[in-house]
Formats: sequence, structure tokens, C-alpha cells
Amino acid sequence: MHEYSIVTALIEQCEKLAEQNSANKITRVDIKLGILSGVEPALLETAFEAFKLEGICHDAQLNMQIQPLVLQCHSCNEQTIHQQRSIVCDHCQSTNTKVLDGEEMLLMQLELEQS
Amino acid sequence: MCQDCGCSITRHDHSLSPSHSHARVDDNIATNPQLNDKKTLSVIHKILDKNDIEAQHNRQHFEDKSVTAFNLMSSPGSGKTTLLENLFQYTDLKYAVIEGDLETSRDADRLKAKGIEAFQIQTGAACHLDAFMVHSALHHINLESVDICFVENVGNLVCPASYDVGTHKNVVLLSVPEGDDKIEKYPVMFRRADVVLITKSDLMPHFDFSIEESKAQLKKLNPDIELIEVSIKDPKSMENVAIWFNKHLGGNA
Repeated sequence: MHEYSIVTALIEQCEKLAEQNSANKITRVDIKLGILSGVEPALLETAFEAFKLEGICHDAQLNMQIQPLVLQCHSCNEQTIHQQRSIVCDHCQSTNTKVLDGEEMLLMQLELEQS
Repeated sequence: MCQDCGCSITRHDHSLSPSHSHARVDDNIATNPQLNDKKTLSVIHKILDKNDIEAQHNRQHFEDKSVTAFNLMSSPGSGKTTLLENLFQYTDLKYAVIEGDLETSRDADRLKAKGIEAFQIQTGAACHLDAFMVHSALHHINLESVDICFVENVGNLVCPASYDVGTHKNVVLLSVPEGDDKIEKYPVMFRRADVVLITKSDLMPHFDFSIEESKAQLKKLNPDIELIEVSIKDPKSMENVAIWFNKHLGGNA
């Protein structure tokens, strides 16, 4: 249940960005969660809904983009985009691939307001 | 001097972190306090950025002391402490241990009884160690005379995988009684591993654990990784583990 720690870090980041931009309200928080980032989206959402109530994210809507794995194959040069937790190339079954996306948890966008 | 606590660990400069991404701030917003409309601010920020910066700070501290740090992760009861209790007999390398558990200092006490320097972090309810907890523990560990610092994470195959604690390599243990299907069930942890130790390998005859199946599953997540079978009752296997640590001193690949 590290989703609570992650949400705490996320909200702290939102607060800092709002302050830097002289906003006192956040209406939307867009995040991107890779399928291999190690976080469970449903739990993260529950944690966000509970933790947002105390601060600047009170009325913020959380949008989660679930990012599939994006692989670049070094054997056949093709790209694979899939939902499996596997780094095997869909085209040639090679494991000589590089993960381009799908392993990170990122804050992507905020909608700010001054009320 | 560390700004947080006044320790001698030099503070990692925020702006030097290569992973540190920058918010693309619209200058108009910053200079105009009368923000009447909704503004969309595009950022690409790692959510655990603050932890990652602290982790880099810990790593720098280890490097300043010429210490290589290994993060030991596994389920509870797979043999992390037992491995560390016995490893010293097979290596000339000196090591210290930072222990993470929810409660008790039993693990640190076990190691101290063997003459190994250890410090216990009690996480309370937290299911993983983060870089800040490891930083505080570093204040209690003397790294001057050691080559390796092990961070024995909270027994858990899920949460610790998401947190860089400032170590150089991730060592994931999987004990034979747990079953070879754990790799497939907990992919993120095994994806993050730099080596997988199959512990309690002396129990292999009593369980349906397949090394071949483990290797096949691991190949899908982490193809170049080494898998080492180990039992504390088999000195040869303990030597293999000691050799692996020796080979990866200084964070070598």
C-alpha cells in the first residue's frame, strides 16, 4: 500500500507548482502511470480522493493515463506497444529490446485557478 | 553540510540531477498575479522526484566513502537476514547493514551478535523504505571501515520496487518454498532486479520449484540478469554469492 506515500508526494508537488504560479486552486491533475511502474491505479485514485480534501487539490479532478509498454527492438527495429508485463518483442520474439515508456509515474499537467 | 539535519553528508544539488525534469512555466503566469482564467500548466515531473533526489544524495555519500550499496528485497522470510548473518564467512569484504522492518530490532540484533555493524529502521506502518529513511539511518552507521553497505528492505515484493533508496544494485531473493511463480506474479520487482538469488536451494527436492521456469519467466522481464542458487548449508553456493558481490563493487555492471 505505497499508493498513499505516492499520493502524498504527488500532492506536495502540485502545491509547490501552484505556489510557483501564484495559483490558489487546482482543478485538474493529469498523471501518467506505466503498467510496469509498480502502482495500482485504483488504489492510487482512492488515496488521492482521500488526501486531496485537506489542501489546494480539494476540488481537483484526477485523470490517469495508463501507459502501456513501448518497446524498441534492437533485433528487428520494430516497435511494440502492448499491455503484457513482458519486454519480449511482439514481432520477432527477441528480448533485445529497450523500454521507451511504461515504467514511470509522471505528473503531466495541472489546471490552475485563482479564485 | 546537509541542510535538513546538519549532518556532514553534502547536500545533493537540486539542479544537477539529470533525471530532474523542469516544469515548462508560462512566464505570463509567473509574472501576473491576477490569474483570472484557468491556466493549464504542462509539466513532466516524476512523481517520486523528491525521493529520487534524496536517493542520489545517499548514493553520493556512499561513493564519497568508497562504499558500494546493495538493496536487498524479497518477501518476508525468504532469508535476507540469514544470508547476511552467514556471508561474512565467505568474503574478506567488510559490510554494514541497514535493516528495515515494521517493528522490533530483532534483525539488527541478530547481525550485531555476529559482530556485523547494523542499524535498525522501524517503519511503523510503512511497507517499504524510502531514501529519506535510509538517509537518517546513515547517521548511525560508520562507513569508514566497510566496503559494502546492505540495505535490507522491508519484506515485501511490491512496494519497495518503486523506491530508489540510493543503493547501486538491487538484489532480489526468492526462496524455494515460495514457488517459481512469484516472478510472474510480481513483475515490477523482478524487472528492477540486478541479480536474483534463489535461496533455500537445499529444499529443492521437496518442492515443485523449477529453475528452468524461473529463468524463462525472468527472461521476459529482465533478460540479461544472473540467477544464483544459494543455500547457507552449501558453502560453494555462498562463495558464488560472495563472488557476485565482489564483482559488482563500485557499481560495476
